[in-house]
Amino acid sequence: MDDALFLSRLQFAITIGFHFLFPPITIGLAWLLVFVEWKAWKTGRVDWVNAGKLFAKLLALTFALGVASGIVMEFQFGTNWAEYSKYVGDIFGSLLAFEAVIAFFLESTFLGLYLFGRGRVPKWVTWISVLMVAVGATISAFWILVANSWQQTPAGYILNETTGRAELQDFMAAVFNPSMLPRFFHTMTACLVCGCFFMAAVAAYRLRKNPDSGLDRKTMVTALVVGMVSSILVAFPTGHVHAQQVARTQPEKFAAIEGLYETQSGAPLVAFGLVKTQPPELKAEVRVPIPGLLSWLAFGDPDAEIKGINDFPEDERPPLWLTFVSFHNMVILGLWFQLLLFLALIQLWRKKLWTSRKLLMAIIITMPLTLAATQFGWVAAEVGRQPWAVYKLLRTADAGSVTVPAEQVLFSLILFSVIYSALLALYLFLLKREAGHGLEPAAEAKEVAA
Amino acid sequence: MTHEFLQTTWFLLIFVLLAGYAVLDGFDLGVGMWHLFTRDDHERRLGLNAIGPFWDGNEVWLLTGGGALFAAFPPVYAVFGPTFYLPIMLLLTALIFRAVSLEFRSKLESRAWRQFFDWAFSLGSLVAALLFGVALGNVVRGLPIDAEQLYTGGFFNLLNPYALLFGVTGVVLLAMHGAAYMACKTEGDLRQRMLGRVVRCWVVFLVLFALVNVYTAVEVPRMFNTAFGRPVLTALFALLALAAVVYLPIAARKDKAFHAFLCSAGTILAGFGLIGVSMFPTFIPSSLEGGVTLSAFEHSSTKLTLTWMFGVAAVGVPIVLVYTAGIYWIFRGKVVLDDHSY
Repeated sequence: MDDALFLSRLQFAITIGFHFLFPPITIGLAWLLVFVEWKAWKTGRVDWVNAGKLFAKLLALTFALGVASGIVMEFQFGTNWAEYSKYVGDIFGSLLAFEAVIAFFLESTFLGLYLFGRGRVPKWVTWISVLMVAVGATISAFWILVANSWQQTPAGYILNETTGRAELQDFMAAVFNPSMLPRFFHTMTACLVCGCFFMAAVAAYRLRKNPDSGLDRKTMVTALVVGMVSSILVAFPTGHVHAQQVARTQPEKFAAIEGLYETQSGAPLVAFGLVKTQPPELKAEVRVPIPGLLSWLAFGDPDAEIKGINDFPEDERPPLWLTFVSFHNMVILGLWFQLLLFLALIQLWRKKLWTSRKLLMAIIITMPLTLAATQFGWVAAEVGRQPWAVYKLLRTADAGSVTVPAEQVLFSLILFSVIYSALLALYLFLLKREAGHGLEPAAEAKEVAA
Repeated sequence: MTHEFLQTTWFLLIFVLLAGYAVLDGFDLGVGMWHLFTRDDHERRLGLNAIGPFWDGNEVWLLTGGGALFAAFPPVYAVFGPTFYLPIMLLLTALIFRAVSLEFRSKLESRAWRQFFDWAFSLGSLVAALLFGVALGNVVRGLPIDAEQLYTGGFFNLLNPYALLFGVTGVVLLAMHGAAYMACKTEGDLRQRMLGRVVRCWVVFLVLFALVNVYTAVEVPRMFNTAFGRPVLTALFALLALAAVVYLPIAARKDKAFHAFLCSAGTILAGFGLIGVSMFPTFIPSSLEGGVTLSAFEHSSTKLTLTWMFGVAAVGVPIVLVYTAGIYWIFRGKVVLDDHSY
């Protein structure tokens, strides 16, 4: 049982981690394409039209991986987390069902229309279809984040003693539970950052081969501007408000991600630190030299008292090292994205961006780092929720299926690991190929002239 | 709305979603099964692009069916998942292979590349269709669920002859469905070959269908007892099945591919209807003495949850049906390959 549980947790982490590489790109990219296709429709300029075609193919490729890996997620709740499904199905299950009815149909149907309809349907239909893909993807993110938020900060339920499960009492309270809106806006802006870096990295890759490409200059500018705005929004106000909410609603997680071990008022903000778990403490920490900064950030009061890890019962503490490191990596990467985008915009303003080969390379290298940042944020959020599957209601240890033998879970774990590794390699290979599509300098020059 | 009304409605809706999945994704699984039985690359691309704009939306029917089961009947979902652990993992693998093969296959000219994804796509389709049938057969037959609502069998219990017969019948039915769809979407020689396959599948299907009925009468007599206890609905679906099965080969012979397609769709729907009528309100019968039989009335979500779900479905499903119908209308007619094609 314990082996099966551990393997199920590992499988869940691997499958959802792999899946979560793709939606941030498709959600962000879909919204950027809404703009690109709008320009293509309204101006009719060949650069915008070709930009739409190029990124539609890349969207399709990324979407296929997201769909393929996403189906696994829904079924895993039933196969590996049967006790969880029974316990929260009344609430959590319906949220997933809403996602399917309202969002999945919308995005997948209109994606088909968007990809295959070009040339068959009027241009405005193409635009509407990409808009619906973006709307569908966003609604999908909304419902899945509602479901996740409910695990973090359950609300609107009562515990039924007879059935032994959490049951819905107030639907709106369950949907708009305390962490829902902060999480949604933080995640959505993060998706925009990912989408922008994806578009910018493709443009950078192509501009390094042909600095005169009009198509790529246009997408680069679009991505940089939207990226700059969203990389600020992801930190402030959305990230900040989200962290404040965690401090209020899940104090154990907050103490763990901030590396706060002793309860104190006027708590300082730790910028770097080495986590030691036995006994829990930070070694060689670097603090931001403003007294009471963490207290002020969390509660708007530099003297506010924040509870440290050591004052929580030992069996209610999340893993300390992983949460701290993931959270801090996310923050550092977020700062790097802002800096890089700022530098790129300066170079753009000085009209030197197209030939700044090193800067373009930095944008390409940073693209995967935006996905790393979303993964780190997700790890901080979900590992920080432990040891609970549903905060203070159901322990992860009690959530797994009891009849599935460990060997079967091991089998599926290996199976998915192998398949996902292969898919990732193929995806990157095809991405590079498709990104360079139509990049013969002569052809590009002709387009610019036209 | 009473709790019973909502439970009945959601039992019905889950059957509708699964039947809808079988009809819609069924034809693209069928197209997948025939994928290797083609003459050249052009024909294979015709097959892929015939389902290109639709397959992803079709698969959502399965996701929605699964989601609705999770939401409306969590204890049933919690028994179904662990019981069919390995089959579900294999099914997911098959669906992953299908999805990426469609997207990847035509990206490179290389023969080996295309051949690999052709096989992955085709085998993925076949395995998925087979597993659905085997799972359905096991559910109909009943499973060893104990008093704690836990499955007490192992993986190999699932591979009983009855369930396997169900699986094979499902494969043949979807192969027929896929061939009829391909005939609708293509012209000339390919279309004629596909219509020929429809008729051949029909013959095999008739034999298997008769076997399934005989075997059910012997192995799971309660199915017939329940069905005869509800004569009006049973007669309705039986007549639909009869009409569809009789007209199908006539339509195929007369070169009316779309009629043949409607008939195979009708056959699938009638099949789900008959199973639903014979099972309601049971989802998973227990084959154990003193075991728990999972049913819509005893293992559902709360009235409040079912009411919210009913509201969302009442508004959402018609909208989904409208734009789904819209996209099928836009891409009606024969497949044409252009530079956006797979």
